[in-house]
Amino acid sequence: MSKSIKNGRIVNDDWQILTVAEGEDAAGISIPAGRVIVPLAAWLSRRDELAARGDVGVWFASHEGPEALEADIGRVAVIAVNFPKFVDGRGYSTAALLRTRYGYSGQLIAFGDVLRDQFNYLMRCGFDTLRPREGRYDDAQLDAALTSLADFTEPYQASVVHPQPLFRRVARAGVQVKA
Amino acid sequence: MYRYDAYDQKLVDERVAQFRDQMRRHLAGELSDDEFRPVRLQNGLYIQRHAPMFRISIPYGHLASRQLRKLADLARTYDKGYVHFTTRQNVQFNWSPLEVIPEMCAELAKVEMHSIQTSGNCIRNFTSDPFAGVAGDELIDPRPWAEILRQWATFHPEFAYLPRKFKIAVNGAKEDRAVIQVHDIGLDLKKNETGEIGFRVLVGGGLGRTPIIGREIEAFVPWQHIITYCEAILRVYNRYGRRDNSFKARIKILVSALGIEEFRWQVREEWAHVKDGPNTLTVEEVHRVADFFDDPAYENLPVDDVAYHHHIAEDLAFASWVKRNVRAHKKPGYASVTLSLKKPGVAPGDITSDQLDLVADWADRFSFGEARVTHEQNLVLADVKKSELYTLWQLARKAGLATPNIGLLTDIICCPGGDFCSLANAKSIPIAAAIQERFDDLDYLHDVGNIEINISGCMNACGHHHVGNIGILGVDKNGEEWYQVTIGGSQGNDAAIGKVIGPSVARADMPDVIASLIETYIDERHEDELFIDTVRRIGLEPFKTRVYADRQTHRKVANV
Repeated sequence: MSKSIKNGRIVNDDWQILTVAEGEDAAGISIPAGRVIVPLAAWLSRRDELAARGDVGVWFASHEGPEALEADIGRVAVIAVNFPKFVDGRGYSTAALLRTRYGYSGQLIAFGDVLRDQFNYLMRCGFDTLRPREGRYDDAQLDAALTSLADFTEPYQASVVHPQPLFRRVARAGVQVKA
Repeated sequence: MYRYDAYDQKLVDERVAQFRDQMRRHLAGELSDDEFRPVRLQNGLYIQRHAPMFRISIPYGHLASRQLRKLADLARTYDKGYVHFTTRQNVQFNWSPLEVIPEMCAELAKVEMHSIQTSGNCIRNFTSDPFAGVAGDELIDPRPWAEILRQWATFHPEFAYLPRKFKIAVNGAKEDRAVIQVHDIGLDLKKNETGEIGFRVLVGGGLGRTPIIGREIEAFVPWQHIITYCEAILRVYNRYGRRDNSFKARIKILVSALGIEEFRWQVREEWAHVKDGPNTLTVEEVHRVADFFDDPAYENLPVDDVAYHHHIAEDLAFASWVKRNVRAHKKPGYASVTLSLKKPGVAPGDITSDQLDLVADWADRFSFGEARVTHEQNLVLADVKKSELYTLWQLARKAGLATPNIGLLTDIICCPGGDFCSLANAKSIPIAAAIQERFDDLDYLHDVGNIEINISGCMNACGHHHVGNIGILGVDKNGEEWYQVTIGGSQGNDAAIGKVIGPSVARADMPDVIASLIETYIDERHEDELFIDTVRRIGLEPFKTRVYADRQTHRKVANV
């Protein structure tokens, strides 16, 4: 069972993320029982059946957007976004859109090439669960990585975590009047 | 100029702490080279030919005297006693060891400076008009807007891992001095017919491998909405920009692929969702920031200063400096001075620590404690009394900072090139040096008049060669350094991409090639016609013919 950071705490994550081998048809993939997160294509091809189970989530590849899931946002158990490489930043927009435009308020998992150096940005875009690749961090390192969540405590811009930008959140100092 | 409040300072301090820990983990082997690369780049740190290269941001080109002194100190302590000003209002160190960079960041933070997002695939430093606030043709001061947007872009969580780098420039004058047409987003401040402030927005301009002039995406975005509008552009780009090929990843490629109409439609669709949201600007915030850019305490002076005119009449060297390096100021009795960093024999844009300290002293003594950096890689003291110009000139001349060549052939824009940069195909500084050496007759230079020579050591175009009246691009041919020459490029309101005149030439031939181009111009020009206007009028052919006729008689030309 892989470890994740969920809402700022280290947890054992029992969601199984079902990946697709190259060349395999995601839509026709066999889906095991239990808490499982399936590729978007698998969900879209069997949405009613999977939604009825109540323990099936959906994951987006980095090139996939939340538009495709609009009708089912309330029916998925969980949503995850894959970061094939941490420099592929599309998942940040996916998360921000899910939270701010599609009204998704459930668990949102970042998985794949998820590194502590991006934790703060990921969290601010709306991910509440960060699942680094298995083996990337040992227990002590993951524990230490929690501090990265708070890299920037009062950011300038509005985001999912800070719905108002700094200039609306606080009274900022202007020019100090010279004596 | 803008001063940090507790929030600005805290963010910069938190960045230092973050980067210090990242460097520690990298050196301890916990952060691999691949994982560290984007992190260090977004802190301005490149791994270069001789040592790391460290790039520091100078937002919209403004520097306080204490910041100049800090740069001087850092260059003495951690470098070889000089720094290099770049074409995007940044400053670079070239010889600092990797492990001291976090310490340098901490030192910079003490004077409200940083290296945040000066490299990497994120929103870069905001550039603007070096004569903002003092130019007579200014419609709206661009600096408050650049600062507001700088804050929006700093540590933006959604746009830190874009397909490619993203550069934004802001202009507020009639004449564009910020080259907004070759930026990913170019913002042109204007007022609409009801007097409301807003922005004409250009998108998809850029140099590099595929030089393109930016297209107008909106004729007028009201000021309240500029952040949400930029956010809409960035979101469309982040989601749909190409990530499979870094040469095709800039927003200009997306705009070209979709067409400006389709791209505009997509941005408007996105904007419809975020417009009027929390990122809509408030009057209070704009005033708060704008107050920092109020005029300094100018004195009421007569337009003319008798002693100043006397010196011009008496001292030819001073007169020639005034002609080239002194610029009219909106306030009577004041002028703006450009300190040339293009002295022959010195790499364009380079300045020593001792010179930086002197400039800081002059800024304090003559110009309200501030200086500016131009994208042409010179320094500006923007608010000098005419009555003090002669004194300043004498000091600057003694310090080697008064070469009277602003806008002339030897005021060359030049990237660090193959001497420093690991991306370069060819050297660029020796080319600049050879041209400066060849054209050392000031009278001749003044006769040739305004001309821009821009040199880049590779396709990445840090030397902005595409928009030089004469552009020189270093290319590699089987391990040899060759140079491709373009003419007809220009910056400003009539920005244009130069056209290649023909096969590349060898380094040793470059001064002769420039000479052939200049001779053609002199033969062909109408009275008072600038080089660029002659090129536009008569076209490439006469220049090309002369250059290659001259070459074939005695030198080889690369076969391309």
